[in-house]
Amino acid sequence: MSGAGPADAGDVGEDGRRQDARLGPLLEDSTEDLYENAPCGYLSTLPDGQIARVNATLLSWLGYTRGELVGHRYFSDLLTAGGRLYHETHFAPLLAMQGEIGGVALELQTADGARLPVLVNSAVKTSANGEPLLIRTTIVDARDRRAYERELLRARREADRERERLQLLVTTLQRTLLPPELPDVPGLEVAAYYHAASRDEVGGDFYDLFALARDRWGLFLGDVCGKGAAAAAVTSQIRYTLRAAAVYDPDPATVLGTLNMALRRDYDRNGGRFCTAAFGVLTASGNGFDLSLASGGHPAPLLLRADGSAGYQLVGGGPFLGVIDDVVFTSTTIRLGPGDTFLLYTDGLTEARTGNGRERYGDQALLAFAAGLAPSTAASAIDSITALLEGLGDGLDDDAAVLALSVPRS
Amino acid sequence: MVAGPEDRPVVMLAHGFGCDQNLWRLVAPSLAEDFRVVLFDHVGAGRSDLSAWQPERYATLDGYADDVLRICRELELRQVVFVGHSVSAMIGVLAAIREPDRFSKLILVGPSPRYIDDDGYRGGFSRADIDDLLESLDSNYLGWSAAMAPVIMGNPERPELAEELADSFCRTDPAIARAFARTTFLSDNRADLAKVSVPTLILQCSRDAIAPAEVGAFVHAEIAGSALVTLPATGHCPQLSAPEATLAAIASFASGPP
Repeated sequence: MSGAGPADAGDVGEDGRRQDARLGPLLEDSTEDLYENAPCGYLSTLPDGQIARVNATLLSWLGYTRGELVGHRYFSDLLTAGGRLYHETHFAPLLAMQGEIGGVALELQTADGARLPVLVNSAVKTSANGEPLLIRTTIVDARDRRAYERELLRARREADRERERLQLLVTTLQRTLLPPELPDVPGLEVAAYYHAASRDEVGGDFYDLFALARDRWGLFLGDVCGKGAAAAAVTSQIRYTLRAAAVYDPDPATVLGTLNMALRRDYDRNGGRFCTAAFGVLTASGNGFDLSLASGGHPAPLLLRADGSAGYQLVGGGPFLGVIDDVVFTSTTIRLGPGDTFLLYTDGLTEARTGNGRERYGDQALLAFAAGLAPSTAASAIDSITALLEGLGDGLDDDAAVLALSVPRS
Repeated sequence: MVAGPEDRPVVMLAHGFGCDQNLWRLVAPSLAEDFRVVLFDHVGAGRSDLSAWQPERYATLDGYADDVLRICRELELRQVVFVGHSVSAMIGVLAAIREPDRFSKLILVGPSPRYIDDDGYRGGFSRADIDDLLESLDSNYLGWSAAMAPVIMGNPERPELAEELADSFCRTDPAIARAFARTTFLSDNRADLAKVSVPTLILQCSRDAIAPAEVGAFVHAEIAGSALVTLPATGHCPQLSAPEATLAAIASFASGPP
């Protein structure tokens, strides 16, 4: 012993005496008492499950006397019938194979028939040569936890149901914003592609093709900023405004001017939403069609010509629709002859992310793709674009719409 | 998995609800010394191809029996001694009724043709008990991977070993486990027993909470000419709790006179 201080042997000192006083009650504790009155149930069974030892805590939870259980009952006898099935098919085989098992949720049946949700851990004690001697099991009261888990499961099922309802609603609403099928235009082949980025939200892209007169057809394709219910309401307004305006005066510049006015008027109510759109009127003429087209800030359409060339079409028009008052739009006329294919699309197509760098697909790539397709037909162009976009997988992260028109070769 | 000499009789081991072919691990290696042993996981269990699972196909035990016959055809197995544990006992019964020539013998370990009590018949369970089991499956499935496949051997030097084992023991997809539980415990194959024409051995455990002695006696009485052996084993899995006795009973019946 080196040194001599106040806490030297024989003199525990002031501090030591105080500590002893605090630990006094602990000295009263014993392993036996700890076993019997631990805040969890202890159970030892023979390898076949017969109860060999049980602590007072578990007896008080179950309402049995020691004599009723030890030597007479098996662990599985303490379980509910469903728990017994679970024990025999999952718990016991895994315990036998692994030597231990933990965190298993079971329900005990008390002497008066009540159910006690518990969490069970078991470990096999083996002899020196590896023979199983007994199974030690600790049992933790899990009433609160089980109630909480039930609530979690219930909430999750509820959320799943709500999500299904929402998706049904979205699908139904989406359908009302797109033509159920494209009309039959004599002398013209038409096809369309639509991709909604989310099953939980209505997309903001839209298109339509409809008869204006016997030999005249209106068409449009556009993109409302944003998505979801509010955007869907604006999309709906845009659709009926365009259709109604075209009946009154089918000049595309005038139609877009009318839409711009309507969007400006309801700008605040619409939450400041605007859109891009191209509106056109198709008139049968000779062996093809004349397409008069105006654009409100919309991406330039593509023409895949009969001679195998392809190019963006400069279309007169004006700025985004719904942003500035009193805009005057202009129209451009494009001639569609036999073998020509005309494509209107939204920027979901060109802004899709590609490759590992996740760069945008882009106008140049689209032009090169279109040049590779030309000459084409509406159906075949849509097939190719569908395959292209599906190949991008989750790179296609926005809504995308494509409307294709082609004049068959006679 | 196929093990054992090619020229020996084929013994096909089929696991029941709740586990996979691992359940035979204490019995299969010794059996493979004298027999050609075929082990497999039912679709949805163990390492089976989960994408092959279809709710309609596996809504009845016929789908599982069909799989057994497919395996036999694929591996060109003949004179098969089929050993079916738990629900696989009835799967074997159905397979042997459909193609009796394929099988030389049936060994039914802890069989029950009907788990639910019914009009004078005592299966041991009620419909509510089965719902109770489904609830147990539900409340354990959040912790399924942790609780049902814990680290088996504390071997810090080789964590991948524990991982591999944890990965392979009785893994089940929770949704498939629910469906298999329904198919298993709501089936009624009592009427099929009398149609069995293959020599049959029933292995009964002395104390089995799932397939009690009186159910074993019922199966014995319904299958004409069947033999009943009661194993000194507690619980529903004698191949784990009494592997030697189980092995001896299987080997002696399989190699005995046809």
